[in-house]
Amino acid sequence: MDRIIFGDNQFFGVNHMSEEKARAQSMRFKDSQAIMKVLDIAYDAGIKTFMCTTHDRIAEICDIVRDNPDRYDGFKFYPCMPYAHKYANAVTEEGALGALKKFTSGSIFLTLIKGGKAVAQKDMITVMKLLIDAEMKMFEGLKTDVIFLQNVTVDLILGLGFGQVFAEYAGYIRERYHAEPGFITMNLPLLLDILEDNDVDNPIICSSINKIGFRMCGGIEKYEKDISERKFRAIAMSILASGAIAPEEAVSYVCGLKNVESIVFGASSKAHILQTKELIERFS
Amino acid sequence: MLKGGIIGLGKMGVSHYSILNTHPEVEVVAVCDTSNFVLGCLSKLTSISLFNDYKKMLDECQLDCVVIATPTSSHMKIVSDCLNKGLHVFVEKPFCLKLDDGRRMIDLAVSKKRVNQVGFHNKFIGAFRKVKEFIDNGIIGDIYHLHGSAYGPVVLKSKGSTWRAKKSEGGGCLHDYASHVIDLMNYYVGAPKKVSGTVLKRIFSKDVEDAVYSTLLYNNGLTGQLSVNWSEETYRKMSTMVTIYGTNGKIIVDRQECKIYLKKAIPSCKLEKGWNVLYTTELTPPVWFYLRGEEYSAQMDYFVGCITGNKLDNINSFASALTTDMVIDMLMKDA
Repeated sequence: MDRIIFGDNQFFGVNHMSEEKARAQSMRFKDSQAIMKVLDIAYDAGIKTFMCTTHDRIAEICDIVRDNPDRYDGFKFYPCMPYAHKYANAVTEEGALGALKKFTSGSIFLTLIKGGKAVAQKDMITVMKLLIDAEMKMFEGLKTDVIFLQNVTVDLILGLGFGQVFAEYAGYIRERYHAEPGFITMNLPLLLDILEDNDVDNPIICSSINKIGFRMCGGIEKYEKDISERKFRAIAMSILASGAIAPEEAVSYVCGLKNVESIVFGASSKAHILQTKELIERFS
Repeated sequence: MLKGGIIGLGKMGVSHYSILNTHPEVEVVAVCDTSNFVLGCLSKLTSISLFNDYKKMLDECQLDCVVIATPTSSHMKIVSDCLNKGLHVFVEKPFCLKLDDGRRMIDLAVSKKRVNQVGFHNKFIGAFRKVKEFIDNGIIGDIYHLHGSAYGPVVLKSKGSTWRAKKSEGGGCLHDYASHVIDLMNYYVGAPKKVSGTVLKRIFSKDVEDAVYSTLLYNNGLTGQLSVNWSEETYRKMSTMVTIYGTNGKIIVDRQECKIYLKKAIPSCKLEKGWNVLYTTELTPPVWFYLRGEEYSAQMDYFVGCITGNKLDNINSFASALTTDMVIDMLMKDA
């Protein structure tokens, strides 16, 4: 994986520090041209991996990259699915079954519940695969070396203890997309345990890793220990803890953790992109 | 180890199940939902006891506590049955649709000496909690007005087919969304005496309101305004905000940050004259397990702690939640 990965929170009004800033960003990036301008800056600065959700606007970005293969030579997407709000809104609006029906275009769903037929595990796996395929459609023909399961889904399944789901996910990503499965979480130690118990070997895990222990469940010492001793490939996110840590201090801390393979960050100005890149290179 | 059960596996029920399942002092031994589809899926993934009839679950399992996440219209029956079995009860908000039901549930919980808690999770958000502390310390002087709002993209078109679209089940923006804001405003300044100019507005829904606007009138000339709209597409998710006006300044708070403007500094609270901003990162204690927000874990941990510590004067009690339901009742009558 590249050392530096570019994130997409800033493009979709996601700012974990301030809702006001989030709204301003969401106005600025309301069309794909605005997003491409910033991606171009990152790409031209040598940051060629873009970790993004499966929001509809990303589909437009995918089209642009696909249509300009020379301009975007070596550009990689790391999709993160599912785009939670899409599903949460659907569940609230139409219930769990209604939402499922909507996103699997009805057919498998009807097969499942027709005449009170009992749900087999393979049916649920089939539904999962269909949902993954639907989410991945926009990336057809593009480089997607790592495909992530997004944190609300991961942490929900983790808490429930349904490790088999992670194993099925990992297997399908490898088999169908020839990509590495990735997991995003706020609960790294617990996730490492459950993945190990379910034979998901040397997983790629993206988690909040920062100097103040923000959203690092289990505590900063446990994280440092696990990062140093356990077998997995770590990507650090939230390294600035939503702006609570000054950039130099933040980067110095994360780069000091020897086994953190990559760092994902989001920014919307050339200055911030270049500054963060320079800091990561300096401390690595 | 406490033995816990979950009744209702919708969006909140599943979330509570996930959180409670990781709690070091609780073992989730049984869950219940009326959907055989949901139970069918779970049966392939877990070996805990599954029920589609909560009464059977209560009879067959020796539970200490239960989390109830069913539509509000069913709370009275289920909560009462659980209390009668001697269980400590956590129930989702809003608490009740009929105030008399609420009073009966409170009496029952008190007589059985059981911990009773309602899921108004905003009280477990660092920023909102800090403001309560500031108000109690009188940092903005005499409070003369407050504005509470919540906006989110829940109902964006006319199709609505779940319980949330039915008034009789406790659906609608007032019960589902506004209840959070009302509860928070009550937490800060107590309940209003009267309400006025209430509008329960239908935007896309047929049977329920999608927005609530009202003026709240308290004792001593204190006034408030409520503005809630769950058909707001410009918000990515539910955004709750309270603005409080006082003779020494103003507080604006949402789940991420707390902005305080003071005419005079308050050194004892480390607050300067002018604007002070506190962020979620410094206001939120860490939790053992995170899912969607520290507050969901924190409120569950608090519930468990009250049970093990035999604490019956907890925040978010049934009585506190009934006060919120009384304001909802006032708003409905005024509209």
